[in-house]
Amino acid sequence: MPPFLTHAYLAGTFVALAAGPVGYFLVLRAQVFTADALSHVAFTGALAALAAGLDARLGLFAVTLLVALAMGALGRRGRPDDVVIGGVFAWILGLGVLFLTLYTTVRSGTGNGSAGVSVLFGSIFGLSAGRAAVTAVVAVGLGAAVLALARPLLFASLDEAVAAARGVPVRALGFAFLALVGGTVAEATQVVGALLTLGLLAAPAGAAHRLTTRPLRGTALSAGIAVASVWVGLAVSWLVPTLPPSFPILATAAVTYLVAAVATPRRVGMVSR
Amino acid sequence: MTPSFSLNLIADLREMWALPFMLNAFRAGTVVAVLAAPVGWFMVLRRQSFAGHTLAVVGFPGAAAGVWLGVGATAGYVGFCLAGALVFALLPRRAPDGGERTGAIGTVQALALASGMVFVALYHGFLAGTSALLFGSFLGITAAQVRTLAVVAAAALAVLAVVARPLLYASVDADVARAAGVPTRALGLVFLLLLAVTAAEVGQITGALLVFALLVLPPATARLLTVRPGRGLLVSVVLAVVTVWVALFVAYYSPYPLGFWLTTIAFAGHVLAYAGRLVAGTRAAVA
Repeated sequence: MPPFLTHAYLAGTFVALAAGPVGYFLVLRAQVFTADALSHVAFTGALAALAAGLDARLGLFAVTLLVALAMGALGRRGRPDDVVIGGVFAWILGLGVLFLTLYTTVRSGTGNGSAGVSVLFGSIFGLSAGRAAVTAVVAVGLGAAVLALARPLLFASLDEAVAAARGVPVRALGFAFLALVGGTVAEATQVVGALLTLGLLAAPAGAAHRLTTRPLRGTALSAGIAVASVWVGLAVSWLVPTLPPSFPILATAAVTYLVAAVATPRRVGMVSR
Repeated sequence: MTPSFSLNLIADLREMWALPFMLNAFRAGTVVAVLAAPVGWFMVLRRQSFAGHTLAVVGFPGAAAGVWLGVGATAGYVGFCLAGALVFALLPRRAPDGGERTGAIGTVQALALASGMVFVALYHGFLAGTSALLFGSFLGITAAQVRTLAVVAAAALAVLAVVARPLLYASVDADVARAAGVPTRALGLVFLLLLAVTAAEVGQITGALLVFALLVLPPATARLLTVRPGRGLLVSVVLAVVTVWVALFVAYYSPYPLGFWLTTIAFAGHVLAYAGRLVAGTRAAVA
């Protein structure tokens, strides 16, 4: 296996392990739109850093985390609403276009005109050993944090009012979860790109929600489907070099969801909200 | 020719409109704003922003596929967006804002973007083409395109005018409307199709990623200013048209892209309306 493929597998596997469980809770809390918005924000963050001459990852993490928390602050109980999400991310995406222009005009000498497209669609085959390792370590941290929050977060997600009455810090959990989503989006952006991050979060989780109503099993299943999608996608993309890796990864995840949806018609899931 | 800004705005506009591409941009922008605002108003009311955004994004592979197959970007936009709306209509509707539904919408969106990337790769259109599809190409609009946009927009607005009253009823209180014999399911489908056509229209001007600036921000601002439906629809149309005009005007003199100005002006309007409401609220509380 060539080294670039090893690095892609290393980073992709761990990012999928974090994205699966985070996605499971996103679907459970009906907050997929938030992740959608944050994935677009990630684009702006990376390009802002590039335009300022900094490392793209710095902007990626800083901006997604900041906007995730800001959107939580604008919504009720650390849960941003539709219009807040839409308005904020429409503007931030506009800023991203500005940074893209600044970056390509000011720094065109450096030959990085494709930066915008690579941030949007990912460059998993371009990861160095060091970057892949850092990505994997951060992903493990995110996954561990989700597991640590899982029980109270599950309670708060299923019945917010009762959880609040029982003394669960619903608002703080909402913010913590948003921060985790921001971090995961920034991570996944390095692998499949800003635009396709949403697929890695939504598709395996949607399939898992279809296949089981038990939360622990669902979380594990979601992670498993995400990892399998990345593995299959990377293999296909390596065999068929004309396909950008993001496409087979997402196609695998989406087909899994479709099969799950067709195989389990009209079952009453645990998603009640 | 270097554009020179003068304080005489009428003269500035005349100078811009002497250029055919600017005139077409203003015409197309106005058409799109007049269509996007009322549809967006209903979208915000019905809490379907996520579906709206996804339909807009579905236009990207549509346009890429249209160019690749040689049937033209417009056919691709409209075809894919309508198909996307039909898919959403098939999604489970256990709860109106159910989590799994959002999961499915997110999957559709990501898959659409990934396919768009593949179509672009097949076409060998590469960077310039991709950026134009994603972030718009306001200045390359032809007079024929403006005519098509206007005809489609007029048809969509006519349909919206016919269904507006029952749609408002169904959007505000679906259960009561259903009990009163309003066909809420059919209305929901009609509205999704309208949303798809609107997203396809706006997308050709602003690019697939920035459709949302026109679809969500002016209506959201209008809803801050008034809660009455008729007035709200009117205010959002005015806001959308003003946003587009000011953005085009500023972009003409500035080196920065139109998408940036469009979103920034729309967002600034929203923030102003929000601040104004806070101030008014404080005053009312004091008095």
